[in-house]
Amino acid sequence: MESHQEDVATTEGLRLARQRAHALIAKSPADAVRSVFDLMENLPEVERLRPSEVGLVLVRGRVGGEGERFNLGELPVARAALRIPEGPVGVGYVAGRNRDHAELAALADAMVQADVWRDRLEEGVLAPLAAGLAERKADTGRKAAATKVDFFTMVRTRGEK
Amino acid sequence: MIGSLALEGVSPGFANPVADSQRVFRRVLDAMSRPGRLIDLDSGIAAASPHLTAASALALTLLDFETPVFVALDADGEAFANWLRFHCGCPITAEPKAAAYALVLADLLPALDQFYAGDPKYPDRATTLIVVCAALEGGAAVRLEGPGIAETRRIAPAGLPEDFWNQVRADRSAFQLGVDIILTAGDQIIALPRSTRIVPEN
Repeated sequence: MESHQEDVATTEGLRLARQRAHALIAKSPADAVRSVFDLMENLPEVERLRPSEVGLVLVRGRVGGEGERFNLGELPVARAALRIPEGPVGVGYVAGRNRDHAELAALADAMVQADVWRDRLEEGVLAPLAAGLAERKADTGRKAAATKVDFFTMVRTRGEK
Repeated sequence: MIGSLALEGVSPGFANPVADSQRVFRRVLDAMSRPGRLIDLDSGIAAASPHLTAASALALTLLDFETPVFVALDADGEAFANWLRFHCGCPITAEPKAAAYALVLADLLPALDQFYAGDPKYPDRATTLIVVCAALEGGAAVRLEGPGIAETRRIAPAGLPEDFWNQVRADRSAFQLGVDIILTAGDQIIALPRSTRIVPEN
């Protein structure tokens, strides 16, 4: 498993820790996120700065990452922003229309920034989600590996010796 | 990363964005159709400072990413601009002429002709001023007339610059061009659309 003990004392460390929490929550299925949060003993009170809402973002791409820009399509995104009593403001953006998922993402973002919550979040939420994702990845890998076809080419050698 | 926003001091917006902004919009419509009438917005938001309650509610209701806003609010200005960027996503402009809306403290109000009065082809593009007054009653009285007012109506907002009403009179002389004004204090507003004229007190 990857290391998660970034040095959050520095701005850069905190940024990485927040990034990791954002990624784990956004990549995990909404019901998995909900269930790990439900297992937490207590959670901070939240003040909703922006109640969760759903909108569309235009996803743009470039062919090969360097071609002319084109509009790939629109993606529904849910977002939320909230504050916890310790002070930090958390923002959450997740793909899809699950507003609860976005709010939990915002809550996790706020908790990462608060010293009193960071370890509890890691233990109760981020570690299980990371394990779940790793398992899912391994599972997909296994399924894909089962269908693996080895192509080989006979190399005709002629006139040797 | 495209610039970041300081969120520490940002206070919440509407608790129920759809219903709340619709209610406030309805009240603004009422205020605009009955110029000079004191309307309670009943916005239900906890603004960073109480005197900005109505202004904040109007911002949440009327502003979005397509409305450049000119902000002149004294000490609260920077925090309020941040709040606006977060909740409304609107660009903040330093140029009154470029602003679709202006959010200004009565003391810091630039001359009205600094704002955009619209184009003869598109008079709707004029700046709408949201002026934060000390109070909407108890100041120097003026008399209004025009559409939406049966005969005349008397209002007495406090804290406006001395020659404010002369400037309004001058602005009205160019009708259909002109700026629309919403006076606010606390959670209350008085609207002075450009069709409202100032008449001498007698």
